[in-house]
Amino acid sequence: MTEPLSFELSRPAVDPPRLPEADVAGPAPSDVLPHEALRSRPPGLPRLSEPEIMRHYSRLASLNYSISENFYPLGSCTMKYNPVLNEEAAALPGFAGLHPYQEEDSVQGALELMWRLERALCAIVGVERVTLQPAAGAHGEWTALRMIAAFHHSRDDRRTEVLVPDSAHGTNPASAALSGFHVVEVKSGQDGRISLADLESKLSPQTAALMLTNPNTLGLFEREILDIAEMVHATGALLYYDGANLNAFMGICRPGDMGFDAVHMNLHKTFTTPHGGGGPGAGPVGVKSELVPFLPTPTVERTNGHLTLDHKRPQSIGRVRSFYGNFGMLVRAYTYILAMGGDGLGQASQDAVLSANYLRKLVENDLEMPHDGPCMHEFVASAHNLHEDGVRALDVAKALLDRQFYAPTIYFPLVVPEAIMVEPTETESKATLDSFAAAIKEIVAQARTEPQTLHEEPKNLPVGRLDEVAAARKINAYLQGQSEDPILRWKAPSKES
Amino acid sequence: MLETIGVRSMDDLLVDIPQSLRLESLQLPNGLSEFETMAHVSALASRNRVYPDRLTFRGGGVYRRFIPAAVAAVTSKPEFYTAYTPYQAEASQGTLQAIFEYQTLIAELAGMDVSNASLYDGATAVAEAAMMAHVHTGRNEVVVSGYVHPEYVQVLRAFGDGRGIKVRKGGEPNKKTAAVIFQQPDFLGLLVDAPALTSVAHDAGALAIACVDPISLAILAPPGEYGADIAVGEGQQLGLSPSFGGPHVGFIACRRDLVRKLPGRLVGTAHDAQGRRGFVLALAAREQHIRREKATSNICTNHSLCALAAAVYLTYMGPYGLRQVAEVSFKRAHALAERLAALPGWELAFPERQFVNEFPLRVPKASAVVKKLARKGILGGLEVNRWFRELKGVLTFTCTEVNDARALDELVAALS
Repeated sequence: MTEPLSFELSRPAVDPPRLPEADVAGPAPSDVLPHEALRSRPPGLPRLSEPEIMRHYSRLASLNYSISENFYPLGSCTMKYNPVLNEEAAALPGFAGLHPYQEEDSVQGALELMWRLERALCAIVGVERVTLQPAAGAHGEWTALRMIAAFHHSRDDRRTEVLVPDSAHGTNPASAALSGFHVVEVKSGQDGRISLADLESKLSPQTAALMLTNPNTLGLFEREILDIAEMVHATGALLYYDGANLNAFMGICRPGDMGFDAVHMNLHKTFTTPHGGGGPGAGPVGVKSELVPFLPTPTVERTNGHLTLDHKRPQSIGRVRSFYGNFGMLVRAYTYILAMGGDGLGQASQDAVLSANYLRKLVENDLEMPHDGPCMHEFVASAHNLHEDGVRALDVAKALLDRQFYAPTIYFPLVVPEAIMVEPTETESKATLDSFAAAIKEIVAQARTEPQTLHEEPKNLPVGRLDEVAAARKINAYLQGQSEDPILRWKAPSKES
Repeated sequence: MLETIGVRSMDDLLVDIPQSLRLESLQLPNGLSEFETMAHVSALASRNRVYPDRLTFRGGGVYRRFIPAAVAAVTSKPEFYTAYTPYQAEASQGTLQAIFEYQTLIAELAGMDVSNASLYDGATAVAEAAMMAHVHTGRNEVVVSGYVHPEYVQVLRAFGDGRGIKVRKGGEPNKKTAAVIFQQPDFLGLLVDAPALTSVAHDAGALAIACVDPISLAILAPPGEYGADIAVGEGQQLGLSPSFGGPHVGFIACRRDLVRKLPGRLVGTAHDAQGRRGFVLALAAREQHIRREKATSNICTNHSLCALAAAVYLTYMGPYGLRQVAEVSFKRAHALAERLAALPGWELAFPERQFVNEFPLRVPKASAVVKKLARKGILGGLEVNRWFRELKGVLTFTCTEVNDARALDELVAALS
């Protein structure tokens, strides 16, 4: 089942919706603007009635898989249930209706919420201050690196390198490069953790920072973290924490106590703001005192119960986003933290770790486990053992889709061949984890007996495997001017054909 | 579960964490019931003052617009808002197709070849476009022409600092210039000579980046018509509430030959073995998860759900609904400008310049005017002096289809 595009459903006979009339005597654009300033023909938007629009999007919605429907074991993405209360809170007119340039005395509630969220995040990760401005995780990473760069510059120290483990998220090296740093890769050891020997050899007076995820992307806690922090700090570099895996240890331990100087958090992972099919999220960054002067402007300050926005911070890296960040997501995260409390957040992380270890145990004889447990909130398996049957991680993923599950993250981290990265989160019940393990067992059995059938999955979804190679070839032809079919957008069929 | 795992307690699973790091508990209050949570959050919301749509005359990048009920009805579907980035295409066709439609709508509106799947906001869209120009031309400077949104320029500077790109305000582009960036209409609401600025950029071998208001494109020539290379902007007006500044959505669209340098996600069509059409994430080799430090941008999570809202909005409006919205705003703003400029001591700050639906007025005692209006329940003009020293006493007023004729009367009466 597929759905036509809105452009294909468009009918010229559809009248535009009823909208307000001007009701004042004023000129039309063509009365006063020069002809060349005016649009020559109307934009090619579709023309559909409201019932047609609602049906179109309802049908599209039915083609989607979501966490509301079932288990979403996407490793590193922390797909946990998004409480519906969060949505109600963000939609309150007292928040949704606020203009960002209203006078400060008319937005005290909003500023208070930001101030309190900042305090709560400080308590959870163990830092001095937090900026709520970054719009997503990668944006937070980059913001943190800009602050780290400013910190070194303020000491007349021109450090040029950022160290990134080979198991890191792709955003880490990209953020470092966009921040003007040269990226140096640090190798993982046999046990899946960062190699201290390799780290030692890469650290130098040029090192501005080490970017680390802990637990790392293999779901393993870097147990030598205190030694790592000491080594990094001894060279005058700072330690950056990638908060993608924060869900592993709320209330158990804190990056600030581990020695991290800057910590980013994904509110759309750990703090249940919905992912929206690819955002909006929010990526606040927490910092220790030495980085506080470099926080983006404005910060939210509170004096005698009165809240203000502080724009005058001479050493600030400046502004990283318009206004104050994704405020609507901040409301959702604050609502979640309030409802959960310190006790609830701690329990959530414990449950997440328990779920991951339980599921890992259930499938440890079906897939390869490249590293010893226990794991934290996620684990990385490998489909390498199915290689001889011609079955790959991709096939396992597609077969899971056919069994009413979303697929785990595959082929990441890059250090594990045929990686299958599973993050169950605290949301899932034992029954769900059992049924997922049963599906894995069924797929592995199928790989042993009729491997070729796995290449044909998924069969039960709106479309089968899509030929991305052919699509890429067509896009190349378009970009090189050899074809007029853009592939990246719809285009009205030309009149001649 | 512990028994299946083969351990006795949770602590056995946390053995890798050094004992010295272990917390007793978080220094946060215990959790609340749903009822108590909402009471607390509502109390915070009630400490904010919300001005009615019709009495909001302040813009500056965020505008009150009529939002069709269809927008929230679609974006509040859990199938859309609780899905992840569509990594598994076969199970994510709803999101992928919606983004593909969004890309087409934005490209049509801007008159450009290709749009990406979305960026965070107008400010980061400007910055990302500047990065594209830097990579494309190999040049290290961008020229910001005229009154571009001051916060966009601040964000551009922060991005530029990281990449060693200099941001120059005003002046002619030269052979070091990667791009000329202008806003149409500008931050004050005034029209700039976009075709001339585009030519000046091209004559210097630089790209022209047009930061545009999406609603205005129903009546104004789109960037594609005057030959701009990259069109960017803020999509808040396309069905998103002000929400104290976010989340909104940044859009970016470009010419065919720049597509490989576009930041972020792109959705394209593909087919399965049975020949059925579907949608996939395309040209991923530009992106951070493949190219890592060589990626065109670090963006991963973008603003997909806001892009969906924009798609529903534009589909609801259609070409003629959108034009109606733009024209009503235009007429009302011009009627209002005339009445306000007739107040004693009030005058248009730039009488020789054209505008669409936001305009600057030079007024006596601007701060007192704004305060007086607030007392009467009206969110009046924006004091732009806080960003531009030369604009002392200048307020920008904005007018859209939500400011009805009576609201205009009330504003004028409050000032008389």
